[in-house]
Amino acid sequence: MDFAGAYSADNLKFLLDGLYVTLIVAFTAIILSFLLGCIIGVVRYAKVPVLSQISFVFVELIRNLPLLLIIFFMRFALPEVGIKLGLMTAAIAALTIFEGAMISEIVRGGLTSVDKGQIEAGRSSGLTGVQTLWHIVLPQGLRRMVPPLVSQFISLLKDTSLAVIISLAELMHNAGIIIGHGYNYTIPTLLLVALIYFTVNYLLSVLSKRLETKNA
Amino acid sequence: MQFSILTDYFGTYMEGFRGTILSSLLALAGSFLLGTLIAVFRISTARGLRWFGTGYVEFIRNIPLLLVVYIFYYGPSAFGLSLDGFTAGTIGLTVYTSAFIAEAIRAGIAAVPKGQTEAARSSGLTYVQAMIHVVLPQAIKLVIPPLGNQFINLIKNSSVLTIVAGLDLMYFADIVNSDTFRTFDTYVFVALFYLVLTLPLSYVMRVWERRLQR
Repeated sequence: MDFAGAYSADNLKFLLDGLYVTLIVAFTAIILSFLLGCIIGVVRYAKVPVLSQISFVFVELIRNLPLLLIIFFMRFALPEVGIKLGLMTAAIAALTIFEGAMISEIVRGGLTSVDKGQIEAGRSSGLTGVQTLWHIVLPQGLRRMVPPLVSQFISLLKDTSLAVIISLAELMHNAGIIIGHGYNYTIPTLLLVALIYFTVNYLLSVLSKRLETKNA
Repeated sequence: MQFSILTDYFGTYMEGFRGTILSSLLALAGSFLLGTLIAVFRISTARGLRWFGTGYVEFIRNIPLLLVVYIFYYGPSAFGLSLDGFTAGTIGLTVYTSAFIAEAIRAGIAAVPKGQTEAARSSGLTYVQAMIHVVLPQAIKLVIPPLGNQFINLIKNSSVLTIVAGLDLMYFADIVNSDTFRTFDTYVFVALFYLVLTLPLSYVMRVWERRLQR
């Protein structure tokens, strides 16, 4: 095991470059999948005709497929039907669709958990259905969604590593290249990468705990 | 859509399909055993075991599955050993999933009333006996739905085996793909193979969960 060699300045910089890509992809996908998840979740909660049924099929299909397959499909299968996505775009699009489907279930569950009396009270005080949803149901539901949402975001961050299948230069991909330089580097590199993922995810969960206590 | 791909390469697809099922089943059994052990560690009265259990779960849950698989695929080479992709991948899946199963089992055990343990202990059973004969059998019922969901995750997650040439569905699909050059069709059929497994399972799990809630 060659710790000094594995942690040379060049290798560390290479891993940091990877981490940067991982964070950019994760952050963008977190925002987009949250938006998609909210839209689908609300559509299914409000039982919007037609849209709700389409959403149901979409969510069930996507949730039951491997993310790895979706990432691969976005990058290598879609060009055959004329949709060409760049490396990063393909990864972000796949993560958004997959995690968005997961998040929509969290959102729907959170909204459903809000007491029916709240809706009736909102409607009786003269609010429209949309106003009730926006001002009464959503704020209460959101608070309950925070813990499952954060663990979904942590999953998303870990899942960015699956983009190695399309050779996106994120953390895991770059780690793989360093490992390829010699078996002496294997364990030190894997240790460091594990520590990086752990730290980022741990910070995320600590942040969410703080959010929860603030909201409670 | 060229359906002849499905019929011409059905054998190849099935070989991968079997690999995916075998790996998922082995990892399910393994992670159930390992997860139970870790869950018992986590609620043990011995501080050292408790710390180990907590550390294990927290560490594994916060790193990507692929990293765990890499540890077992590339790690042994540092000691002059080697594991093939299927073995390393399945061990990686087992270790990764065991952390999630340990959490599910711990929650199940916590839901069994304390009086049960106390009654068992007062009737002369040791702690281990009380666990095996009284607490765990009751906890299992609550643990089955999350376990089922973990199995669905395992089937999907076993696709990472392809990254270490682990002879799963995705791996064999690559063989079909490099033969036909029709990526879109090839992988739509791959999706169908996954859905054949995961859709019925998710349906059953949902019905089961609803029944438990009643």
